[in-house]
This record gives sequence, structure tokens and C-alpha cells, in this order.
Amino acid sequence: MAMPFSGLSLLAWRNLWRNYRRTLIMLLAITVGVWSMIFMTALLRGMVDNMVRQGITALPGHVQIHAAGFRDDPSVAHRLTRPAGALATVLDSEMVTAWASRIKVPAVISSEQDNRGVVLLGVDPVDEVSLGFVLDDITQGRYLSSSDDPGIVIGQKLLQRLETRLGKRVVVMSQDPENAIAERGFRVVGVFRAELESREESIVFAGREIIQDMLGIGSDVSEIAVLGKHYRTPESLVTAIREAVPADEEVLSWLQLDPFLSSMLKVMDGFVLVWMVVIFMALSFGLVNTLMMAIFERVREIGLMRALGMRPSAIVYQILVESLMLLGLGLLAGNVLALATIIWLADGIDVSGVAKGMEMMGASSMMYPVMEWPDLVLANLVVIVLGIITSLLPAWRATQYRPVEALGKT
Amino acid sequence: MSAISCIDMCKYYRQGDAVIKGLDHVSLEIDQGSFICLSGPSGSGKTTLLNAIGGLDTLDSGQISIDGERVDLLDKAELADLRLFHIGFVFQAYNLIPVLSARENIEFVMQVQGVSAAVRRQRSSEILKEVGLEGMEDRRPAQLSGGQQQRVAVARAIVSQPKLVLADEPTANLDSNSMERLMSRFRELNRVHKVTFLIATHDHRVMQWADRRISMEDGRITRDELQAGKGTPGA
Repeated sequence: MAMPFSGLSLLAWRNLWRNYRRTLIMLLAITVGVWSMIFMTALLRGMVDNMVRQGITALPGHVQIHAAGFRDDPSVAHRLTRPAGALATVLDSEMVTAWASRIKVPAVISSEQDNRGVVLLGVDPVDEVSLGFVLDDITQGRYLSSSDDPGIVIGQKLLQRLETRLGKRVVVMSQDPENAIAERGFRVVGVFRAELESREESIVFAGREIIQDMLGIGSDVSEIAVLGKHYRTPESLVTAIREAVPADEEVLSWLQLDPFLSSMLKVMDGFVLVWMVVIFMALSFGLVNTLMMAIFERVREIGLMRALGMRPSAIVYQILVESLMLLGLGLLAGNVLALATIIWLADGIDVSGVAKGMEMMGASSMMYPVMEWPDLVLANLVVIVLGIITSLLPAWRATQYRPVEALGKT
Repeated sequence: MSAISCIDMCKYYRQGDAVIKGLDHVSLEIDQGSFICLSGPSGSGKTTLLNAIGGLDTLDSGQISIDGERVDLLDKAELADLRLFHIGFVFQAYNLIPVLSARENIEFVMQVQGVSAAVRRQRSSEILKEVGLEGMEDRRPAQLSGGQQQRVAVARAIVSQPKLVLADEPTANLDSNSMERLMSRFRELNRVHKVTFLIATHDHRVMQWADRRISMEDGRITRDELQAGKGTPGA
């Protein structure tokens, strides 16, 4: 016969606190373990999330549309017409948060002092802002006001490299579809900062219509960048867009455009699970030891319960309930502590001391913990499931004592 | 058919090279409703016999049947059920669960049996009064004297009215009044509900209550005689 759960719970709860010092130490260990699982995961997620967002938001977007061959040869020769028909319908749908069409060609920018190879982006500033370009990134002057704004916005680092300044003129030179030189003079109207210095050096912004006119390509564009609902789930958006564009146009998600970032994300997902399991493995030794000690001290009592008619399975349940209570308390404290830490550090941790190293990985020098509910659920599940498995050995051991031997123990 | 039938039971213990005979070819028939005392010096096999009949220990050879069912052939779960529903134990060393109160210890067996909380409460209250522990329901074993703990253990054994009570020195640490009350209660259960009692004891005052006295020595039954037990008509 099995004891009702209320009875088992009472027995388990009271047994838990028989040696309150040992229980508190184990609780502390579980709390710290759970805290580290959740918080470190949030920190790592934040770092990867930052890397991914740095990599894909504002410029690449979640999905890009190009003419066939553009990725191999990102010149003006491979162009798209502006969205219309079925594609325009998709871009207006709820699947799309924002989109922008732009010119994107290699160019050379020259000042009086120096010149640099850059990526010339001809943009509609309103569309780019909705795609994610942050106006606060403009540190001097202003951003472009419209797609026919005659000014140019360059990065802080590029400004230094060209030894020029706000208000000065620069010349931008590229190739038109006939492979002739297309060039134009621009006044520097704005300077931007980016999380990554490499972006500041490599990208310049000009009005889309101005660049279209400079290159003589009418209303054609080089790429259309689309932002969906979440960077983790671009597949449905890719499918919808593919069905709406001609077959020779290339529609790719950021996962395909940036395999490094994509693998980082997959590695991160795997790492999170491994990290949690490793933490728990370390905890489990303590848990097994605690339970074994508790059982060793209660051999006679276990023998008594068997003698009174408690089935071996009920003994196992009682030990498991005791273990679950211990784990539950540790989980509660660990979760609360982790969430409190994440909230406390919501403004980020400044790691600018290793900014260069972070930039090499594509991450910024501020680390923000990002808690995703699946990670929280996973951490708790890992602890509970592995905790139960770990507790089975001590619980089974408890049933192996013969009642008469156990009763004879002191 | 006897309630308890023990045939040629043998149980040996090894201590180094020495072999100690716990039970040495012991055969015994016990009728339902018997009130039996087991006597004998320490190491004579009294506890071993009680443990074997209660399914707490295994035999090296021989067989035990309770109501026709072979106890020695039952598995762990079946033995647990046998002890739970049909046998009450009083151990030599009280053996209470230290984290439970007196009332909770008494109710423990009933709780495992699945008896409702209300019935458990009622029965435990009655039995606490009977054994003179009213007012001490919420004390834990560490807060009770040896005699009080013994009374809780006895109360636990009989509260669910089992068919068989196996008691090992149940009156140790009890004063005379308590002993008399306890034995009187045992006798009442025996008389009214036909509960079979098998009591191992050194106490001659307890032996006077038995209808049958079995003496043991070196794992063997040396004497088995009937008597008019105290508390029975004609005693």
C-alpha cells in the first residue's frame, strides 16, 4: 500500500530539516548552481544576441533579396527593380516589421588628404531608421533627411582616416552599368559612430535617388533588406518572399548570408545545454552525498517503516519527494536570484577593457544579459529531471536494507 | 486449520567461524485468538521467532504459514502488505519515527493503510487516552520518557486492530500500573476481537496473563504448556 502524498510530504519535509546545516549547505549549492545556469546563460545569450543583432539588424536585416550573381559580384550590374505586385503585398503584410531597398556598391571615397575603399549605400533614411539604424549613432551633424539628400554621412573612424571633417567635401567614385566611372562630390553632413569600428570605416550613406542618378540606373536597387518578427525564425518569411519574386532572384535569410553567425547561434544553443548539464553534474555529487548521508543516518528508521508495512516503492517515493523538495527550494532561490541579477544588470556590463577582443567576435563592449524563457524552463527542467535521476540511486539503496538488519542498526 | 503454522524452522547466524542457532528445527502451531508468552534467556531465539513469523527475517529452512498462506514464499511487497494489514509489531527498542509526534506515530500505520484522516484522528485519540498519554499527542519521541515512548509504540501496534500482534518486551520500562493497563487492553483485544498475541518477555507478571507459555533455549522450544491466563474466565 502506498502512503498518501500528504503523508509522504510531511515526512520528507521534516526529514529534510533534521540536519538543517547540511540541508542549508546543499541548498546554497543548488541555489548558486541554478543562479549560474540561468545568469551565465543570459549573459552568453546577450552576447550572442548582440553579435547577431550587430550583424544583421539595421543593414542586412533578417532576409535579403538580390539579383542572381550579386553576392559573387556586388556591383551595379546585378540589380533589382523596385518591389511591386506580389512582393509588395508580402512586404506590406504582418510578417514584415520593416523593409528597405538600397543601392549597395563598392566605391572609393576621397578627401583632400586620402582615399579609402568603402561600401556605398544609397538609402531612404526613413526606411533605414525603421529597419534599425539608430539616429543616436550620429555624433556630428545630421543623418540624411530624404532619399534625394545631396549630403553624405560617414563613420567617425573614416573621418579620421580621410583627415577631413564635417562640412568638407569628398568625392565618391564607382562604376556604372557600362563599366564607366561614375563619380560625384558630396558634402559631409553627418558623422556616425558604430559599435564596431570596422563599420565606421567601411560604410558610407548617401541618398538613394542621388546614387541612382549618379550610376544611371533609374529606380533599380541592389538589394532589398527585410526585417521579420524575430531573427530566430526567418524561414517563413523567406518562403513567402520566394513565392513572390521571379525565380532568378535570390532570397536568403541571414542564417545563409552569415554562416559564422548562424553557427554561433547553433553552438550557443548546444553550449547552453552542455553548460547546464555540467553545472548540474557538479551539483549532483553533493546531492547524492547529502541523500546517502541522510539515508545512512536513517537506516533504522527505514527498517522500521518497512517493518510496519511500507512498501519499498513508498520508501523510494519518500526519498524522491525529499530530494524534490530540496531541489525545489534551491530552484526557487536560484531563479529569484538569477532574475534579480539580470534585472539589476539590465543596463549592461561594461567590458570595454576587452573591447578589441569583443569586436573581433562581432560583439560590442557592453554585455547585456538576455533571458529567454526557454532557457529558464530548460535550466529548471535539467535540475528537476537530472535531480530525480541522481536521487534514484540513494532511494534504491534505501530499499535494499532488510528490515531486521536495519532495525538492529544504532 | 491453525492461524499460524511453523514447520521445522531453522535460522542460523554466523559470527566468524562460530554458528549461532537462532532457530533450530522449531515447529509450532498457533490458533487464532491465542494469547501466548515466549520466555527464555537472552539469545534463546524469541526475537528470531517473532521476526520470522512477522516476515522481517528469512529462514534458512522450514516454512511458515499464516491463515494457510506461506509467509516464506511472499515477495517484499506482499510481505509489506501482510505486516501492514494483519500484523502489529512492538519492538524491543520502541522504534518510533523521530520526526513525527506521538499522535502521528500512532497514526502512521493507518495512514499507510489509507484510513481517512477523521477516522485516524478518532482512533488515535481513543488509544492515547487508553495508554495514558492524553495531552502528549504533539510531543516528539525525544520529548517523551522511555516508558511513554513504549506506550506510543504499543498504541501504534494495536490501533489498527491487526489479527496478530508480535510484541518483543512490550512492558519493559513500564511501571506496574501501566503494565497492568496495557496487558488488560491486550486481553480485551484478544477476547473481543480474537487478536492473536505472541509476546516475548522476561517479565513474570506478563507471563501470568498468557494462556500458553512457550519456553525457548538455544533456538529450541524446551517447554510448551497451557495455563489459565490472567484476565480470562477461570483464571
